[in-house]
Amino acid sequence: MKQSGNILFSGVGGQGILLASELTAYAQLAAGFDVKKSEVHGMAQRGGSVVAHLRYGEKIYSPLIEPGKADIQVAFEELEAARYLPYLHKNSAVVVNTQKILPPAVATGKTSYPTNILDELRNRDIRVVALDAFAVARDIGELRTANVVMVGAMSHFLAVSPQIFLEVIDQRVKQQFREVNKKAFAAGRDLVNA
Amino acid sequence: MSFNSEESLWLSGNEAIALGAWEAGVQVASGYPGTPSTEILENLSTYDGVYTEWAPNEKVGLEVALGASFAGVRALATMKHVGLNVAADPLFTASYTGGRGGLVVLTADDPEMHSSQNEQDNRNYAFAAKLPMLEPSDPAEARDMLVRAFELSEQYDTPVLFRITTRIAHVKGVVQKGARAELASPSIEKIPGKFVMLPGPARVRRGEVEKRMIAMRAHAETLEINTIEEGDTRRGFITSGVPYNYVKEAFPDAAVLKLGMVWPLPAGKIADFAARVEELIIVEELDPFLETHIKAMGISCRGKELIPAQGELNSFIVRKAIDPGSIGEIFAPLDLPMRPPNMCAGCPHRGLFYCLSKMKDVFVSGDIGCYTLGFLPPLSAMDTCVCMGASVTVAHGMAKALGKEGEGRLVAVLGDSTFMHSGITGLVNSVYNDSYTTVIILDNRITAMTGHQHNPASGCTIKGEPANAIDFEQLCRAVGVKRITVVNPHDIDETRRVLKEEVAIPETTVVISRAPCVLLPSEIKRKKPLYYTNTDNCTGCRACVNLGCPAISWTPLTPEEAVEKGYREKQQGFAMITEVQCNGCGQCACVCKFDAITLKEEE
Ligand SMILES: Cc1ncc(C[n+]2csc(CCOP(=O)(O)OP(=O)(O)O)c2C)c(N)n1
Repeated sequence: MKQSGNILFSGVGGQGILLASELTAYAQLAAGFDVKKSEVHGMAQRGGSVVAHLRYGEKIYSPLIEPGKADIQVAFEELEAARYLPYLHKNSAVVVNTQKILPPAVATGKTSYPTNILDELRNRDIRVVALDAFAVARDIGELRTANVVMVGAMSHFLAVSPQIFLEVIDQRVKQQFREVNKKAFAAGRDLVNA
Repeated sequence: MSFNSEESLWLSGNEAIALGAWEAGVQVASGYPGTPSTEILENLSTYDGVYTEWAPNEKVGLEVALGASFAGVRALATMKHVGLNVAADPLFTASYTGGRGGLVVLTADDPEMHSSQNEQDNRNYAFAAKLPMLEPSDPAEARDMLVRAFELSEQYDTPVLFRITTRIAHVKGVVQKGARAELASPSIEKIPGKFVMLPGPARVRRGEVEKRMIAMRAHAETLEINTIEEGDTRRGFITSGVPYNYVKEAFPDAAVLKLGMVWPLPAGKIADFAARVEELIIVEELDPFLETHIKAMGISCRGKELIPAQGELNSFIVRKAIDPGSIGEIFAPLDLPMRPPNMCAGCPHRGLFYCLSKMKDVFVSGDIGCYTLGFLPPLSAMDTCVCMGASVTVAHGMAKALGKEGEGRLVAVLGDSTFMHSGITGLVNSVYNDSYTTVIILDNRITAMTGHQHNPASGCTIKGEPANAIDFEQLCRAVGVKRITVVNPHDIDETRRVLKEEVAIPETTVVISRAPCVLLPSEIKRKKPLYYTNTDNCTGCRACVNLGCPAISWTPLTPEEAVEKGYREKQQGFAMITEVQCNGCGQCACVCKFDAITLKEEE
């Protein structure tokens, strides 16, 4: 099993990246790793760009991922996948939800939403897995599981067994949402395996 | 550290500190919200057997905690770094009085200003107020050291400063829990020589402060939280707090002296460590605090000549500063549209700032809260932001400087929590000294910016239980304001009319702009009217777009597309409401003069 790694979660305030990063952290803890996770609260949450750093390994000191050292990025929005490019390296994996949330300058017509931004990543030998997590979640019947679909897709790139993730969902998610979240996880994972 | 769900918890630094406070037997805790400190009291308020409260400001919070200490129990005051400026007055004299129960004053600094107006380094307060200061490096240590801070406070009869930064407060890690300490019994004891700081007793206590700091300096030499980690002595590091992690990450084999107590410093231990290493480097965030004091000991070292004194550090910055050759290539950032925070869809503040944005002659003296986002385009309706409460006083000062010239042109805007924090004293001044400014209180019924904390006007305690609520109209009347008008900021026309009228009156006037924050649970539950865009009627005037609401977007059109859609050739685009994002405030319907935005029922 890979002995350490860095996962960056990015998105827009209010998209639920915290839950996704929490499930991932608990799975890594259950797998026996030391884990640290860093978030920013306050100002950034009002619809701004948000990011969470998760690091796991035998012993973790710094709570922050260094530029160039993120192995995986889970991005909940396209622009936010591209924004954190300096954190990635050749061969990083980026799991991105193909939702577009217009930043103010785009919404007010001052500038336009960049096209083909994911190619900017692909051109740098970064592996991009783009999926419509909302569509998958809608098919499952619970839109709010989109973030767990993303976790499922990301889990493909981790050595931690999917069984551990399912156990974490059992332990951490309210009874009535467990089954649908497990389905969401499996659906996300299948998307990448396919 | 391995995670075993029996004894370990996965906690943020702030949760770990709340746990530590409870375990240390804290019985009274007070403070004022402020990122990144807020969740400490919020979490502590969920424990049984400890009284917690939100104070109107940090000075009050610290004095409440001091009182509890005088009554013999352990007490905690929490605040963000700039809050300690507000609480500095009691802090400097509490250093003389000490207390009876242990007293810890927690300051949460914000290097990089993620959510702050400055990035002051509050270690300087430890030096200036002659107080010990502890600084943990991660959540687990935060819990352990907080318990230790209370022991030291009682052992040396001193308040203890406890400094954390954003990367403690909002970092999650594995924390081991412990048992709760035995609780002290409160009592009244009159100790005038210690509690009454008139010049006579204060001079005596001043001497005690010196003795205490000498004793603590000696103890620092053996204190278990000041540790030497053996390693490669070609390059040795002295560090503390979060930067310790960056040193360990960047130079895992080096010898390190890690200071858990950053004031007073263990001069002997430092000299000893310095003598053992070939090159000594001090790694600290913000000011050269350790460096200055270590150099004053006559020890040569390097610090800020390498390590930036501004902003947050990380292991990359530390490695690059010391060993530039070891850095590989990094992808350059792409040029992408920024995504700054914005007021929410349906935010009541937006209506008020829209009106102010139309009053081009008016200077808006601003303040700190969600409403500071009124500064951003397209509203761009705030002209100052300094510190909490300064809106009222800065406007008054400008009025006195400008005289007749400024009449009808000066307004102050501040939130309900900010008004309670320190706006009211400024208003008293404006009335007393005969100002002509208009003070606008943006009363959204909550302290929104920091995540919805109750305040003296919101009608609830920190635990969400009913509380006495301050009535702003009565309060303003009581301090002598004669004209007080309440408006609903979602009603743009009425708000504009009132603002025009009140700003023109040459006396201190108050406008209370009142509508609840859309994120309040009661508002989220409320069934809201649905607005929709009738794009056929849209003339592309952009009035609604200029509200800057995240639920309204603009679709540009070429002349051909415009004609095809049945618009005039000159029309450059049309606006649309994203219905799932709309919170039904109706401000856009108010500003639309072409019936392009209407209520769903009216279809
Ligand atoms: C001295 C000080 N304490 C705390 C803060 C943190 N802080 C910034 S804004 C704010 C609350 C603002 O609440 P309110 O005035 O009600 O405005 P709202 O955010 O609800 O619009 C707080 C606590 C600060 N900046 N300065």
